[in-house]
Amino acid sequence: MTAQQIIFLIVAAFVLGSGVMVVTARNLVHAALWLVSTLFGVAVIYALLNANFIAVVQVVVYIGAIAILFIFAVMLTRRDMRDSGPQMNSNWWLGALVAALVFVGLVFLLQGWSGFTGTAADLPSGFEPISLLGEALVSPEAYVLPFEVASVLLLAALVGAVYVAFNKK
Amino acid sequence: MSFWNDPLKVAADWLEGIFTGWGMDAVLAHVLVAFLGVLLLIIILMVVDIFLVWIERKVVARFQDRLGPNRVGPFGLIQPFADIIKLIIKEDTTPGNADKVVYNLAPILSMMSVLILWAVVPLAPVMLGTDLNVGVLFLVAAGAIGTLAIIMGGWGSNNKFAMIGGFRQVAVMVSFEIPMLTMLMIPVIFSGSMNMNAIIAAQNPIPFWVLSPLGALIFLIAAIAELGRAPFDLAEGESELVSGFNIEYSGMKFGMFYAGELLHAFTFGGFWAILFFGGYRFFGLEQVSPFLAILILVIKAMLGYWVIMWVKYTMMRIRIDQMLAFNWKFLTPLAFALLLVTALMNALLSPAPTWLYALGMFLANVVTGWIALEIARSATKQERDRIEGPTKTAEAHH
Repeated sequence: MTAQQIIFLIVAAFVLGSGVMVVTARNLVHAALWLVSTLFGVAVIYALLNANFIAVVQVVVYIGAIAILFIFAVMLTRRDMRDSGPQMNSNWWLGALVAALVFVGLVFLLQGWSGFTGTAADLPSGFEPISLLGEALVSPEAYVLPFEVASVLLLAALVGAVYVAFNKK
Repeated sequence: MSFWNDPLKVAADWLEGIFTGWGMDAVLAHVLVAFLGVLLLIIILMVVDIFLVWIERKVVARFQDRLGPNRVGPFGLIQPFADIIKLIIKEDTTPGNADKVVYNLAPILSMMSVLILWAVVPLAPVMLGTDLNVGVLFLVAAGAIGTLAIIMGGWGSNNKFAMIGGFRQVAVMVSFEIPMLTMLMIPVIFSGSMNMNAIIAAQNPIPFWVLSPLGALIFLIAAIAELGRAPFDLAEGESELVSGFNIEYSGMKFGMFYAGELLHAFTFGGFWAILFFGGYRFFGLEQVSPFLAILILVIKAMLGYWVIMWVKYTMMRIRIDQMLAFNWKFLTPLAFALLLVTALMNALLSPAPTWLYALGMFLANVVTGWIALEIARSATKQERDRIEGPTKTAEAHH
């Protein structure tokens, strides 16, 4: 077993453990903090895959923005910060079934792929994934249309948020 | 390759040679040496941090026409060590019903979010933790962890003042992250890279503060807000919140927040120097020896830190509505406009000779700043007329 595999196993166990804690923690703020550690673990996995940019963006967007927003929403909407609700609702068995099916399906699909058991080749030196990603996002042959559509969607969400919050005099 | 040209690599090779000589596995020796390097950097930073306490206290004393610490040791230099001993032997209190794990984790995370920044600081051309190709974004990612630490401290203390302080601090940090991130893109436009070393290398003839003085200024303002120092220190607000998010912390746990803030300020002075003032470059002196390059970077970082202290000790604290209005109605639109102007001018001027490029960029910055100030001036005049108008007419009736 190589050092990278050992690190991966540790990080994966950490991510899974934190993920379980997110859904089983009784306190909502604790659940949000466990979510932060899950997302951080995912960032480490990205870093292990040589995807530095995605790893850093994961921390900036998911921890810096989304998780903080979650914690704020929990803090602002709960009267008592230490409340503890039921951890399960009546659909728990359905959720477990879907999760198990997705896992089995993914393993089944990936077994047919040649890279499933092999080790990944090293990136060639001088390989710049960020500039390739940047060019792909604005190139007409690649992803310029989805990129612009997503921008318009975000702009619409922004205008909508301002409209909802706007105080009519 | 001699020790004076690349000390880190020579020392690392020497240590690895010793470890493998003991019969250790080559990979394990490499990991161990890297770990020891990180440990050494952290120890040096913590020692620097101790002296930063002394520097901060001396400088604030000068600003307030006092002498500052002057009893223990020459110039009071031993004072911070006495303070540390005091902090360590103080009673370690935890409030009743506090969320113990979250409460105790917050100061550690706060310190960590500062120390982790030094992973991407290029101390010299050959001396840096990791040559990350997204070093600029790493700065923002570490800031996100700092925000989280403050939320955890404010919430875990089970104290309403700490909670309000935490809310305020997070509001400041989340708001000012936007102009800061936008201004980080300006050195990226000029250098075409997010790598810290490449950004410094691109400032070879002209440092970026000449090309974008307004960008450097907005970055400094956003950095001060991110640090939570005056005039944006409303999270502390001792007149209304006692001490803000760190109110329930005693002894070394408070010390971690305090030392973390000082080191954070010094670190942002360093990033200001790296992004806009050429980092370790100083008329080719950095080529002579890496040690000289480190000295230059530390001097520049200290100057940046001094500017941050200068602002802190001469400005009054602003209210949260003023802070939010300043950020969302003035600084953020200005940062976006400046980014657009810079990108446009960069595309237009890139074929031009260097002097014309620099002159065009500088003038574009001045014009953008001037227009923004004029708009702000007319808006404040309208606001003032709206508020003061009725009182004036009332006086006229008398």
